[in-house]
Amino acid sequence: MNIVLKQRSILPGFGLTLGFTLAYLSVIALIPLFGLFLRTAELTWGQFWATVTDARVLAAYRLSFGASLIAATVNVLFGAIVAWVLVRYRFPGRRVVDALIDLPFALPTAVAGISLTAVYAHTGWIGQYLQPLNIKVAFAPLGVVVALTFIGLPFVVRTLQPVLEDVDPEVEEAAANLGASRPQAIWRVILPELWPVLLTGFALAFARALGEYGSIVFISGNMPMRTEIVPLLMVMKLEQFDYAGATAIAVVMLLASFTLLLAINLLQWWSGQRHSGLGS
Amino acid sequence: MSIEARHITKHFGAFAVLKDVSLHVATGELIALLGPSGSGKTTLLRIISGLEVPDQGSGQILLHDEDVTNRHVSMRRVGFVFQHYALFRHMTVFKNVAFGLQVRPRKLRPTKRQIREKVHELLKLVQLEWLAERYPAQLSGGQRQRIALARALAIEPKVLLLDEPFGALDAKTRQELRRWLRRLHSELNVTSVLVTHDQEEALEVADRVVITNAGRIEQVGTPEEVFHHPANEFVMNFVGHVNVFHGRVEGDRAFLGPLEVEYSGQPQTIAQPARGLVRPYDLDIDRQANGKSGFSATVQHVNAAGPHVKIDLLADSGEPVHVELTQERFRTLRLTLGESVFVCPREINVFLGGQR
Repeated sequence: MNIVLKQRSILPGFGLTLGFTLAYLSVIALIPLFGLFLRTAELTWGQFWATVTDARVLAAYRLSFGASLIAATVNVLFGAIVAWVLVRYRFPGRRVVDALIDLPFALPTAVAGISLTAVYAHTGWIGQYLQPLNIKVAFAPLGVVVALTFIGLPFVVRTLQPVLEDVDPEVEEAAANLGASRPQAIWRVILPELWPVLLTGFALAFARALGEYGSIVFISGNMPMRTEIVPLLMVMKLEQFDYAGATAIAVVMLLASFTLLLAINLLQWWSGQRHSGLGS
Repeated sequence: MSIEARHITKHFGAFAVLKDVSLHVATGELIALLGPSGSGKTTLLRIISGLEVPDQGSGQILLHDEDVTNRHVSMRRVGFVFQHYALFRHMTVFKNVAFGLQVRPRKLRPTKRQIREKVHELLKLVQLEWLAERYPAQLSGGQRQRIALARALAIEPKVLLLDEPFGALDAKTRQELRRWLRRLHSELNVTSVLVTHDQEEALEVADRVVITNAGRIEQVGTPEEVFHHPANEFVMNFVGHVNVFHGRVEGDRAFLGPLEVEYSGQPQTIAQPARGLVRPYDLDIDRQANGKSGFSATVQHVNAAGPHVKIDLLADSGEPVHVELTQERFRTLRLTLGESVFVCPREINVFLGGQR
């Protein structure tokens, strides 16, 4: 393949915008990330290993990744239904529902955390009915999942909407006409078109959930070994001026999430290849 | 398998798309529904297929004398070809065609080998066997539509419905596919309904043509009948080109713009508004008045490309007039632009009543 760095064009702009992009990315993302690794390098391997394999830290990793994965999965399932309803049907109040989706984007997460805690606490609107069933949401790992689901929803819905709009209803009619039942049409005709974008939505919701701090610290109760998330541990280390320790935890988290996102991207690329059929 | 629609009415909101429409298609026939957009032809087709339901309690659809009005589209076994193909873009051509067989309940589903044979047989029928492993995005429009047809035929439909199947294709492909469809139909002999707004397509392909307008059927007849013996002004105007002369009928004479002709219908004692419709090839051009009823006009534009010479004239009374002459006649006349000539109709259809 011939790599053409710059194509001659009548309309200028490539050089300028690429330069801006690189400079911007460096300042915003690359340099801070580099600093992260630099700070971690102050530790010896032994200290690093001891920090990141501390039982309390491992418990936090489990909760952060576990709850984020569950929340992203839940969001993909229900976000897909929400996006479907918003794209396919016209009903009174559709615009209101559509606007509500963006609420988790706009709401300060601390506010979300406090309201969710109030609602799910054992005296709250929903919590009081869950209490007799022995389901504890606030101040329990389940609360973390609930909060992460709340903040991740718009990512799935907003990524899915434009793609769903692109799926021609005629294709479903064709499937029905050829004798397919509704579940068959969804499974064989609609979902295959959506896999790549469902994965994107999943990745976005997951990444967002991993980094969430504001709402969780209110609803989880921050009990060591039980409901502590990784960002909370980092903040605690920072408050004790243990910068290297905090960055060590962050580096592990960064590498883990990077690997996961890479895997999702590969999966997406693979399914895109398979379904578009365009070898190039 | 015959198709019968009885007293079908359909509203979209307050708008009546179909108003008490009845239609019968005999076994093995190829019928074309021809009409302007919004005339309800596609809706009628979709109601026959089951993709749309008629208004509550308004009529019946019968396939081979069996009432299927309340049967779901997936149970009707009606082949449907969409204007924009509606192929499954993530499936290969092979899988697209096999779809209808693969979604059958396990008991009725053919074996893998039977499916493979059937698909290849169909791909051979549409002459695209070599494309089996391609994806729809890699095909041309004409190829996609042939695959869509093969896919529809895979379920061995009782009837085949085609919704403007060639509407999105270029003129040349359209003509090829038209001929090919005609041949295919005589080979398979499956009862077919074709929706089109292209009169040439309808007249060339169909055994019978159904002219629809504003939710009603205006005329049903062979292509020859609707072309040469239009039931009313709308049909004559819609099928083929016409010159329209506005005027009135008084007694047994019609005064239509620059023309005065005999009115062959019931003589009108009170003057009635009327219009005379003349096909461009039913107008002749002469150098001078020849004693026949006619009018003088000026030659404005001549297009000699094609089997006929198309001439635009302006009548002295102000109406634009279109005439089609044979090449031979045009050569004898040797018309020049701006020349004043005499135009006379060989045949004129006069329709009474208000404007439709």
